[in-house]
Amino acid sequence: MDTKQTVPAIPDTGRKQSHSLWKRMKPYWPIYLMMVPGLIYLLINNYLPMSGLIIAFKKIDYAKGIWGSPWFGLENFKFLFRTSDAYIITRNTLLYNGAFIILTLVCSVAVAIMLNEIRNRFMSRLYQSVILLPYLISMVIVAYLAFSFLGMEQGFFNNTLLPALGLEPIDWYLEAKYWPYILTFVHLWKNIGFTCIIYLASIIGIDPEYYEAATLDGASKWQQIRKITLPLITPTIIVLTLLSIGRIFYADFGLFYQVPMNSGMLYDTTNVIDTYVFRGLLQLGDIAKSSAAGFYQSIVGFILVLLANGIVRKINRENALF
Amino acid sequence: MGTENRIWHVMSHVCLILLSLLSIIPFILLFISSITAESEILSNGYRFWPNEFSLDAYRYLLSNIQVIARAYGITILITAVGTTVSLLITVMLGYGISKTEMPGSRILSFLVFFTLLFNGGLVPTYIIYTQYLGIKNTLWALLVPSLLMNGFNVFLASNFFRTTIPQGVLESARIDGAGEFRAFFRIVLPLSLPILATIGLFNGIAYWNDWNNGLIYLSDPKLYSIQNLLNQMMQNIEAIKTASTAYGANASAMKLPGETVRMAIAVIGVVPILIMYPFFQKYFVKGIVIGAVKG
Repeated sequence: MDTKQTVPAIPDTGRKQSHSLWKRMKPYWPIYLMMVPGLIYLLINNYLPMSGLIIAFKKIDYAKGIWGSPWFGLENFKFLFRTSDAYIITRNTLLYNGAFIILTLVCSVAVAIMLNEIRNRFMSRLYQSVILLPYLISMVIVAYLAFSFLGMEQGFFNNTLLPALGLEPIDWYLEAKYWPYILTFVHLWKNIGFTCIIYLASIIGIDPEYYEAATLDGASKWQQIRKITLPLITPTIIVLTLLSIGRIFYADFGLFYQVPMNSGMLYDTTNVIDTYVFRGLLQLGDIAKSSAAGFYQSIVGFILVLLANGIVRKINRENALF
Repeated sequence: MGTENRIWHVMSHVCLILLSLLSIIPFILLFISSITAESEILSNGYRFWPNEFSLDAYRYLLSNIQVIARAYGITILITAVGTTVSLLITVMLGYGISKTEMPGSRILSFLVFFTLLFNGGLVPTYIIYTQYLGIKNTLWALLVPSLLMNGFNVFLASNFFRTTIPQGVLESARIDGAGEFRAFFRIVLPLSLPILATIGLFNGIAYWNDWNNGLIYLSDPKLYSIQNLLNQMMQNIEAIKTASTAYGANASAMKLPGETVRMAIAVIGVVPILIMYPFFQKYFVKGIVIGAVKG
C-alpha cells in the first residue's frame, strides 16, 4: 500500500489510472454493497434468461442443460413458421393490441375530459375511484366475473338477458366469433380507470386562461375541447401511444388465458404469442416452437421499443425513455 | 351558452354514472351469487335478484377452513415478505444509481435500464428457475420470479433521490461522521416516505394479485395462494377437495355447492382489496401520475 503512495507525479499511465479508479471507488463501497442484491437479482431474473434465448437455436435436452444441448440451427423456427401458428398468433397479438391502443386512448381521453367537467370535487373523486377499481383486481377474479355472465348453464346472459330479448342461449366459451369483442370490452373495463388518470393529470395542467378567453370569444364547449384541450394534451397522447406501440408485440397474458378459461375451441381467435409460448412450454411439452416464438417476440419487441422510443425522442426529447 | 354548458355538465355526470355502474355491477353479481342457494343457481343461473338466498357456500368454506386459511396465510406471507424485500432492494439499487458522481453508476444504470427494453421471455426464464435454481414447488416460486424487482421502480426511486434529497443534508451527515449506511437508513429513507409508499403499494398489489408464478411453477396444492386456489378451481371445482386432502385434512362431509362456492372464494379473494381500497386509493392515484411523468 505504501509504495503506491510514493509513486512520483511523472505519468505512469496504466498503473496510476487503475490505482486512482480504485481510490475513487473505495469510499463508495457501502453503496456498491447496497446495490449488490438488486444487481444479483437482475442477473438471475433478467440477464441469464437473455442468454438463455439461445435455446431457440438448440435441440433442448434437459439432461444436458441449456449450454450442453446440441445445436439445432434454425430448425425450431422452421417448425414454427411452417405451420400457420406463427401467422395466427402474430395476427391476433397485433390486431388485439392495435385495437386496444386506439380504443383505450379514445375512451380514456373522453372519460378524462368528462371528469374534468365535474365541478363537485367529491363526485369527481368518487367517479374516479369507482372506475379505477377494476384495475386493481386480479385477472383470475375477472375471469370469474366474466364467467358469471357468460357461463353456458348458469350465466346471467343465457339465463336472464338473452331470453328477455327473445334470443337463444349461446355457448360463449365455444363460439370463437364473439371473443374479439368480449376481450376488448374486458380490457377497456379494466384499464380505462388507470389510463384516464394520466390524461386527467395532463388536462388539469392546462391554463384556465385559455378557456376563459375562449368563452369570452363565444366559443362553444365542443369547440373549446377541440381547439384547446385536445391540442394541449396531444404530447401526452403521442408519448403514451408510442410507448404502447413499442409494446405491441407483448400481450396481456392473463386477459387471453384466464378470461376465455383456456378453452381450446377459442384458440384461433384468442391465442396470442404469450399464450402460445406458455401452452407450448407447459401444456404441450413442445419446447421447439415455443422457444422459437419467444425468441421471435423478444427480438421484434426489442426493435419496436427502440423504434418507438426513437420517434418519441424526435418529437419531445425529454419524454423519451432514453 | 349557459344551457350548452349545462348539457355538457349533465351529460358528463350521466356518462360517468353509467361507467361507474358498469364498473361495479359485476362485483354485485359476484357477491349476490355467493349468497344464493345452489339449487336456485342450477335452475335459474346467476341473477341479481334470486328467489332464494343461502349462506351454504360460506358454510362450506368454513368447514374447509384449513384450505382457505392456509391459502390466505400464504397470500399474506408472500405479500408481506415480498413487498418488504422488494422495496428494500429496489431503493438500495436506486440509491446507488442516483449517485451520478460514483464511478460505474452510468454503466449500472444502463444495465438496469436495458432490462426494460429487452426480455428473455418465458422459456429461458422457466428453464433457469427450474433447472438451475430448483424453485419449482417451493415458496420461492411465489416470491422471486419477475416480482421481486423491476427496472421501472428502480428508476422511480433513483429519480426521487436525485431530485428530492437535498445535497446539503447528506453533506452535513458526512461531516457529522455518519457512514453511508447510516446516512441512507437514518436520513434518506425517512425523507423518502412518498416514494416508498408508492413503490410499496404497487409491489404489494402485484404480489397480492399474482397468479402467474403459481400457474407456472407450482403443482403442490399446499403452496397455493388464494389466487392460485381460485385459478385451480376455475378448471376444476373439485380442486378444493383435492387441496384439503393434500395435507391430510378430511374433505368436508358437507356436499359441495359447486357454483356458489366458486363465487364465494372469489368474493373472499377480492374483499381485502375492496376494504383497503379507500385507504390507499389516494396514494395509488398519485403513484400513477408520478410514474407517468417520470416514465
